[in-house]
Amino acid sequence: MNAAGFPILSLLTFLPLVGAAAIMMVRGDEAVVASNARWTALWTSLITFVLSLVLWTQFDKSTADYQFVEHLSWMPEFGIAYMMGVDGISVLFVLLATLLTPLCILASWESVRSRVREYMIAFLVLETMMVGMFCALDFMLFYVFFEAVLIPMFLIIGIWGGARRVYASYKFFLYTLLGSVLMLLAIIALWYQAGTTSIPELAEFDIPFGMQVWLFLAFFASFAVKVPMWPVHTWLPDAHVEAPTAGSVILAGVLLKMGAYGFLRFSLPLLPEASLYFAPFIYTLSIVAVVYTSLVALAQQDMKKLIAYSSVAHMGIVTLGIFTFNQQGIEGALFTMLSHGIVSGALFLCVGVLYDREHTREIAHYGGVAKVMPAYALILMLFTMASVALPGTAGFPGEFLVILGAWSVNPWVAFGAALGMVLGAAYMLTLYRRVAFGKITRDSLRALLDVSPREVAIFSPLIALTLWMGIYPQSFLSFFSVTVSQMVQQHQAAIGSAAHLAGI
Amino acid sequence: MNWNLALPELVLALCGLAILLFGVIPKRDMTFPCTMAVIGAFLVTGVLVLGQNEGTAFGGQYVADDFSAFMKLLTLAAAALSLLLALDWNQKEKLSRFEFPVLVLFATVGMMAMISANDLMSLYLGLELLSLPLYVLAAFDRDNPRSAEAGLKYFVLGALASGMLLYGSSLVYGFAGTTNFDRLADALSSAQGVSSGVIVGIVFIIAALAFKIAAVPFHMWTPDVYEGAPTPVTSFFASAPKVATVALLVRILAGPFGDVMAQWQQVIVLTSLGSMVLGAFAAIGQNNIKRLMAYSSIGHVGFTLMGLAVGGESGLRGVLVYMAIYIAMNLGAFAVLIAMRRNGRAVEGVQDLAGLGRTDPAMALAMAIFMFSMAGIPPLAGFFAKLYVLLPAVEQGFWILATVGVLSSVVSAYYYLRIVKVMYFDEALPAFDVRPAGISVVLAGTGFFTLFFFLFPAPLLDAARLAVAAIIG
Repeated sequence: MNAAGFPILSLLTFLPLVGAAAIMMVRGDEAVVASNARWTALWTSLITFVLSLVLWTQFDKSTADYQFVEHLSWMPEFGIAYMMGVDGISVLFVLLATLLTPLCILASWESVRSRVREYMIAFLVLETMMVGMFCALDFMLFYVFFEAVLIPMFLIIGIWGGARRVYASYKFFLYTLLGSVLMLLAIIALWYQAGTTSIPELAEFDIPFGMQVWLFLAFFASFAVKVPMWPVHTWLPDAHVEAPTAGSVILAGVLLKMGAYGFLRFSLPLLPEASLYFAPFIYTLSIVAVVYTSLVALAQQDMKKLIAYSSVAHMGIVTLGIFTFNQQGIEGALFTMLSHGIVSGALFLCVGVLYDREHTREIAHYGGVAKVMPAYALILMLFTMASVALPGTAGFPGEFLVILGAWSVNPWVAFGAALGMVLGAAYMLTLYRRVAFGKITRDSLRALLDVSPREVAIFSPLIALTLWMGIYPQSFLSFFSVTVSQMVQQHQAAIGSAAHLAGI
Repeated sequence: MNWNLALPELVLALCGLAILLFGVIPKRDMTFPCTMAVIGAFLVTGVLVLGQNEGTAFGGQYVADDFSAFMKLLTLAAAALSLLLALDWNQKEKLSRFEFPVLVLFATVGMMAMISANDLMSLYLGLELLSLPLYVLAAFDRDNPRSAEAGLKYFVLGALASGMLLYGSSLVYGFAGTTNFDRLADALSSAQGVSSGVIVGIVFIIAALAFKIAAVPFHMWTPDVYEGAPTPVTSFFASAPKVATVALLVRILAGPFGDVMAQWQQVIVLTSLGSMVLGAFAAIGQNNIKRLMAYSSIGHVGFTLMGLAVGGESGLRGVLVYMAIYIAMNLGAFAVLIAMRRNGRAVEGVQDLAGLGRTDPAMALAMAIFMFSMAGIPPLAGFFAKLYVLLPAVEQGFWILATVGVLSSVVSAYYYLRIVKVMYFDEALPAFDVRPAGISVVLAGTGFFTLFFFLFPAPLLDAARLAVAAIIG
């Protein structure tokens, strides 16, 4: 059947749902239910994570084919099937999702006190949708998971969020839905042309240029909102600020990657000519995103908002890298997506640590935290440096590769991306200085406790990964280099044949 | 003369007469036994429909085929569930009268006659048999002025629609020379084209039927009647008669008028566009949840009509699947509305649902499923309902319809989300009264269907395909 010998991807996808069903069955008084829900959710997500390590060990890095493929008939008369599989592009995102979920559950162990049962169910359902989305090899199946993510995330922001949670959750939901329904029409149009929604089969299918342009715009409407690209990024700061810590982690760590993943999985391989045609447009938006949102981040007073804007800037680097269409650019984009998933998730967790103690995210409220929380200050520094892309941390290889790839396209594009790194250093270092250093101005800060063992347990895997990715990126790059090189070749072949036809 | 063919209708009508006697003779309250008897009669009729032969009867007035069987089963199911919902409500509102189930039964006979109509005359007969009990039902809470107003409004406008139907039928008869669907199809497929009189007649007939399904621009009565009528009656209005009338529209437009599709198509396209847009925008400002559901139903009708406008095998199949899924979602949502009762009094404001997620998690979960499903979020059934009409629409190049459809579903997502928001995000109000068992049954059944439809779409799709094959041939 596949390399693992059992339908591992379906198991990974639906195991969290089993946990959610188990939590739903729990009866008893509130404290018992809450504690059972926490432990069940933690164990379910941990088992899912351990299982997903099979992908890490069994994945064949020497081929660009889809692996662990599963195929079941679903709606045969429409040519829509339940098809799961991973290749070099998606496999690490599955692992990212399964890694971050148990960490999020741990992070909410004490900070979420009301409706714990519903909270854990929402997170497990969310994990199902995320993993399923990265594994789906059928466009319609992908869409189902892609959209279904909205339901648990809407509830997580809306129920457990901050003061303006209702506004933020509506904005998140409606923005994303508006983009997605246009993509749905594009999927249907594609289905009508090709007679299938299977991604491997669609990749073989030649689409006329005129149609490619329309499809590209429809996909763009959906993915650009999800990435998010400037100027449709405004939902993100709101959603981040209002979401509970764990919600922000998942949002920044995994959900933002869905848009970029969509570009890589659909726009580039299916619509090569339109992608090339729109590349300058994407470069422009990306550079505006990098420079503009970095400047906006400099002016923020709220820690979460600052990191949210930095996410938009980092995702600008990612979209830039994807649309360079060369090996370095795309590999760099993928690597940046992974490192940003780890680092920004960790940064939100760092904010959460302070928020749990002081119940404010105002930067001006803090100062001198390093004196009372030395271990915390060290952790925060590591992730700040990783976000700045200091060599030796996870942020560096990806951004460096993107700039390298962008240089071969157009040095000015590379210059824009590099400018983002400089500005990134500016706002992240300012944040660190204002929070960690300086005099302690408030009495409440003097009594702050340093990170607890639970928090150390959350941070330690992230610290290890950040250093590992920075020091020896090859163990991650090797997963996708074959897939990316095949993608680049196919893209060039498609462009070449189109140019050839036009020449006649 | 083939009496056997119409056995389901005959049995149901006779059951109705028998239950009427059974209810009137004893001196005590017979509502519960009568309701159960009517549901039993629906079950028997359903079995008879399943075993029905195909063919025409009564001189070509009546037709039984896979299409009529599909639609009749849907209608019977919707009517039976509505009765189940009404049982407890009527008792608490002191509306417990045995005539209620009997009226529903006769309306259902009318719907079945409509679905099986093969002639403009039997069509009118069925439609009137459906409408008269509905007028009475709308005003069933007769001491309540709003209910009486709803009944009167529905009657006046319904009578107008009946008049339009008759006028359209007479025009069609005058210019085509027949009222029988089969002979109409022959007459209209002639090579020398169709006289404009027939076209005008068709438009009148469409207008009358559009009134019954509350499609724009004949929707004005809907919010008032939905709000004024007792909630179980509203849930009945929003389900069974819609199925029957949509069935009738499909049968006459795809059957006898199929050859003049180019003429009526634009009418349906415009109606569909108008309904989707109005359903999306007008519901935003509503604070009464029954009015909100009224506008939501207008939007759903718009989507259904999209399938009809596109036509063809896949378009019509989309219509049938949409109706089936819509009925499930809608009855489920109305079950929640009927359960909205605090300190013995029915409440119907959107805000009254506040904090339901805390006070009754199971019902809130079911309602959230229905709302997300109506908004068309996968993997719930409502998404697939929309998908099956969007697929043919895009295939046939109806880009405007498809685009307006998905955009209006984003707009309508706003007010569906609002209900979810009120239930989960807002501060809790005191809990509702204990929910009766009948409502729990309906909630569980429709909830599971809506949630798990995506696992097993094939049976419904296959049944709908057979049904459509019967009328397209």
